[in-house]
Amino acid sequence: MSRQIELLGRMIYIRAVEEAIAERYAEQEMRCPMHLSIGQEAPAAAAGLCLRDTDYAVSTHRGHAHYLARGGDLKAMIAELYGKVTGCARGRGGSMHLVDSSVGFMGTTAIVGNSIPVGLGLAKAIQLDGSDAVACVFVGDAAVETGSFYETANFAATARLPLLFVCENNLYSVYTPMAPRQPAGRSIHEMAAAIGLRTWHGDGNDAEECMDVIGEAVSSIRSGGGPCLVELTTYRWREHCGPNYDNDLGYRTVQEFESWRDRDPIAVLERRLGDDTMTRTQLAAYRAWVAERVAEAFAAAKDAPFPPPGEAYTDEYADHLGQTR
Amino acid sequence: MTQMTFGAAINDAMHVAMAADPKVLAFGLGICDPKAIFGTTAGLKEAFGKERVFDMPVSENALTGMAVGAAIGGYKPVMVHQRLDFSLVSMDQIVNSAAKWFYMFGGRTPISMVIRMIVGRGWGQGPTHSQALHAWFAHVPGLKVVLPSSPDDAKGLLLESIFDPNPVIFLEHRWLHNTLGEVPEGDHRVPLGKAATVMEGADVTLVGTSLMTAEARQAGRVLAAHGISCEVIDLRTVRPIDWAQIEASVAKTGRLVALDIAQPTASVAAEIVAGVTERCFSRLKAAPVRICLPDHAVPTSQALTAGFYPSAVDIVNAVAAMMAAKVPTDELVDDRPRDVPGDWFRGPF
Repeated sequence: MSRQIELLGRMIYIRAVEEAIAERYAEQEMRCPMHLSIGQEAPAAAAGLCLRDTDYAVSTHRGHAHYLARGGDLKAMIAELYGKVTGCARGRGGSMHLVDSSVGFMGTTAIVGNSIPVGLGLAKAIQLDGSDAVACVFVGDAAVETGSFYETANFAATARLPLLFVCENNLYSVYTPMAPRQPAGRSIHEMAAAIGLRTWHGDGNDAEECMDVIGEAVSSIRSGGGPCLVELTTYRWREHCGPNYDNDLGYRTVQEFESWRDRDPIAVLERRLGDDTMTRTQLAAYRAWVAERVAEAFAAAKDAPFPPPGEAYTDEYADHLGQTR
Repeated sequence: MTQMTFGAAINDAMHVAMAADPKVLAFGLGICDPKAIFGTTAGLKEAFGKERVFDMPVSENALTGMAVGAAIGGYKPVMVHQRLDFSLVSMDQIVNSAAKWFYMFGGRTPISMVIRMIVGRGWGQGPTHSQALHAWFAHVPGLKVVLPSSPDDAKGLLLESIFDPNPVIFLEHRWLHNTLGEVPEGDHRVPLGKAATVMEGADVTLVGTSLMTAEARQAGRVLAAHGISCEVIDLRTVRPIDWAQIEASVAKTGRLVALDIAQPTASVAAEIVAGVTERCFSRLKAAPVRICLPDHAVPTSQALTAGFYPSAVDIVNAVAAMMAAKVPTDELVDDRPRDVPGDWFRGPF
């Protein structure tokens, strides 16, 4: 399968899942905050293809795309959104706490900057293990404003840990643009380079470019080159939290939104593939297949039982099973 | 059994743990420097190498999160802060990551890690180098919170904490580091969540932790000489609390004095009083009493700290009042400055 088709496939898959969430959110059955990545799927799709199941990844409150791109189990994710016992966190976590350790996706957390140091520890574990794996931390543009980003980047550079930051710069932190948050004229990747990371930047709406730069960073880390950061500029289409469009709020202009929507990463790549009939047919078949998988996952989630109420009160502590004693 | 100090027992536990399991890591500010965290980390780097034993940047939050990530990756990190106060910038990683990870991801990923925190006192440690905030940590489900008071327990509880598959906050009082005691050799374990009855008695139950257990033993001896029999319980773990042992004791004595090394409001001593009142109300012969620090920040000047910390004298007086007895405290009066733990301490830290 060509790289273009693979990237397109992952973006179509992520988009289909999140659009299905948006369509059904009003039913009031997915009762948790929901942060969608619609419009900014390219970095996730590219990272998903560059990483292996033996690598580690952690992400943020806006983590559906990363989980799905890394091959996280779809049914377990949708069930988690519905608070069902079949969910990836047995209903304890919801949309902001997705996990599938079978593919190295170790968790998403709900505090900006919080999962960054956890990624640092996974990188430390890899270094101690002596493997060529990579620990990938997905962050947004606001996470680099936290102390944990600086602290983590500083130590990763000092100890030359196999850590990769994939920074999706979507220009807004909730409704706040960059201007009040970061100095004019200072880019995230240049700041990261000054701390001691090897850095790249690219067009976050061009999945192939995303894959080029993430691929280079991953190769560099695997060959012992130390920590890297890739900044990819992109744009969130819908509201910060929830299923709707929010251009009526006035924090960003309709023209700005439309200019980014015209550069839809899926459409960009599809145009590049051209009008070849074979490809068209393949894509149509793939879209139909994805729609079926998504429908199945939602049906299974709706059918699944809730956790018994007693599960709220278990698992405060892990027991000694499997421990060295 | 070997006679050793509390601090040496901590060091011994670290050596035993790291020799037993190559997954055990040790790191912290100053861990490899010539002072080696008051000697508690001495020899670790030489014995186990710089990959497993390492100093760190002054980045407590990220390095606490690193411990969480390393635990997810199968390691057992032991982090150390020379003062508890230094850990406060890492509350996000302690509360939102370490404490929550196992529960919030469905009970699948244990976080086996220890954060050692040393509580300072005296010699002008002052407002931000002497806080005992175990109640903060005890408030958070998912954490275990341990405060040893003897060298034996220091070793046994630390080894148990390192091999516990949960995040453990381990508080060492700086004034206990030079106390001496018999310590078993090898892989000595003391279970978490179990209090110890360090003195048996029938009239009053004294429930303490850390340095206050040492004060309670002294007070108990004086009171016994005057016909008042105290049962001294050392909590050892303040999350989870061993209610069964406290309940059994108060059921016997009907009287409770809860001792703490911290301020009283929302303290562990407050929790002990509340729990005993709920569980043993009909057995109580007197209103429970707390002996805690004053409800203020801790000052620096020796003039201001002179009467600041409660001691065995305060315990004797509280118990005597509770028993409507008169007990002299002359033999407990100590004319040494109250801002050092003993002659061995010459400052500065």
